[in-house]
Amino acid sequence: MNPTLADFGHDNGWIVALKVVGVFVFLVVMTLFTIWYERKVVARMQVRPGPNRHGPFGLLQSLADGLKLAFKEDIMPLKADRVVFFLAPVISTVCAFTAFAIIPFGPFVSIFGQKTPLQLTDIPVAVLLVLACSGLGIYGIVLSGWASGSTYPLLGGLRSSAQMISYEVAMGLSIVAVFMMAGTMSTSEIVNAQAKGGQGELFGFEFTYPGWYVLLLLPSFVIYAISAVGETNRAPFDLPEAESELVGGFHTEYSSLKFALFFLAEYINMVTVSALATTLFLGGWRAPWPITQLGPWVNQGWWPLLWFTIKLLILLFVFVWLRGTLPRLRYDQFMRFGWKVLIPASLIWILALAGFKTMNNENLPGWQRGLWIGGFAVILLAILLWPRKRPAPKLPLEEEVAQRPEGSFPLPPIDLQVPVSPRAKRITADREPVQ
Amino acid sequence: MIDVSWGEQVVFYILAPIAVIGALGMVMARNAVHSALWLVLTMLSLGVFYIVQAGPFIGMVQIIVYTGAIMMLFLFVLMLVGRDASDSVIETLRGQKVAAIALGVGLGVLLGTGLYRGTVDLTPVGLAEANKNGNVQGLASLIFTKYVWAFEVTSALLISAAVGAMILAHVERRKDERIGQAAMMKERFLPGNYPGPKPGPGVYATSNSVATPAKLPDGNPAQRSISPILPLRELEPAEKADKHTLTGGHQS
Repeated sequence: MNPTLADFGHDNGWIVALKVVGVFVFLVVMTLFTIWYERKVVARMQVRPGPNRHGPFGLLQSLADGLKLAFKEDIMPLKADRVVFFLAPVISTVCAFTAFAIIPFGPFVSIFGQKTPLQLTDIPVAVLLVLACSGLGIYGIVLSGWASGSTYPLLGGLRSSAQMISYEVAMGLSIVAVFMMAGTMSTSEIVNAQAKGGQGELFGFEFTYPGWYVLLLLPSFVIYAISAVGETNRAPFDLPEAESELVGGFHTEYSSLKFALFFLAEYINMVTVSALATTLFLGGWRAPWPITQLGPWVNQGWWPLLWFTIKLLILLFVFVWLRGTLPRLRYDQFMRFGWKVLIPASLIWILALAGFKTMNNENLPGWQRGLWIGGFAVILLAILLWPRKRPAPKLPLEEEVAQRPEGSFPLPPIDLQVPVSPRAKRITADREPVQ
Repeated sequence: MIDVSWGEQVVFYILAPIAVIGALGMVMARNAVHSALWLVLTMLSLGVFYIVQAGPFIGMVQIIVYTGAIMMLFLFVLMLVGRDASDSVIETLRGQKVAAIALGVGLGVLLGTGLYRGTVDLTPVGLAEANKNGNVQGLASLIFTKYVWAFEVTSALLISAAVGAMILAHVERRKDERIGQAAMMKERFLPGNYPGPKPGPGVYATSNSVATPAKLPDGNPAQRSISPILPLRELEPAEKADKHTLTGGHQS
């Protein structure tokens, strides 16, 4: 018996309080752990040991950093807007924490004799709550940039608002396909919908495919994953805090606990988008295939919390991997990618999926199906392969140089032979007897 | 009297004053960005009201679309205006504030009493039936069957508005007007143009002012080393005289 939407809203006050504290602790511990994890993984990728001084394997490093951050001087710039400057990190953090309320950690468990789902709450529009929270979380960044009263934060804030709004559109569209497949927006029921695989038939072979949406809706997952990186301001999409251009971006003027709040919010957002990806595409808290062979107990009680956390850590590893591998994008390339690639691709994919589902509902005969799918594919191919204007043929270098107007800046001849320096000759002469 | 659940009452009595305070703050705040933030507060409260009144989808959409996207664009524009751009307190129309407050309060009272008298004996019906298959599903089936025409027309209107705005704001450049990086590079190396960076101003024992020209190898001042926007002025005798540090305290 798995939790559905009807099972929520019946908890005692103290169980709700316990769950709230549990989610809070989970997120804070995950943040501390993720910071360590990220530094360690990046270090391994760069062939160095990473933090290894405080605690076993350096695990207490982020705790020590957090304490140090709290004891630093809290600087308020002279030209800052005091109230908004204080409010901005608070908004960021509150929104980051709130979004996690609807993430399902597991099925029914027993907490002090009370049977309750391992999820703080669920509502009919649960996934939209995450989108709403990330939408409000942008205010934290934008306002911090504005309230700092200095140029780099303002530019960072403007960049981030444009970036996050653009990528939120792509993210919302990628989730739509999940809603269409699951027929619901409640997270617990989306997890339930991925529990059962389907029977498929390919070239006469019957097989059972898993119900995870990452397989059924692969394009959606890819778009979600890309836009999630953009949404959390992580490398290679960390333009709002591009060090090489904007010093520190929106949090340049922040220090001490206010900066710590931004840091916390960024890492919680990473955890949240990973948890949402787990829930929407990777089967939620359910164990993957080889483990399910051990028996039904793997998907009961507290065990699913473990599978959920493992899936989460794998996704977080990908975040770190990206950071260790890819250079930062240029701003215009980034926006072009979001608006001209991700969003149209999402729309076409949703259209195709809706058409496919309608065909299934209408029970069309095979040849009509083939006609529709073939027509759609032909139109798509025609759009993709439409001939473009050829660029002008590139002249060889000699001709380009010859075309330069009279009196241009002098260029050395292309076949210039640089004479060997007399000093170099002497060195070789000195060395000869050694042979 | 309509039966209102306990939780709904608590939410209402907490958020209703906040929504009103937000609305008042939006009108009264001097700074445009503060105004926008107060409005965000009001919109958030309204979103929660929708959710409490069994319309979770419309509530979330209110928060995502209005608060998350539209107000954000407002803020975007306001931020570009500059943070010290506050409203002036000078009234251009004499007495308009008093008149506006009086008329506003009057309209509020009129609407409030009208609504109260109209709904005081009303029993709401049909909510359970409308939300029978779930709120989102009910909305979807209405939008995509009964009101599909209105929905499509509205979306066409919005898209044409967006496209129109883009066309109005877009500056079309002819092909030969567009300057690429390669063209700029070529222009830089054209005859008559010095391709290197300009020399900085001179730094000497007597002066490190940006108005002091650097010297060329032949001793002439390098004109390129001074910014053309700097005003030229003659030095006063006191400024021209050798400084204390140069003469070692002796008047020359």
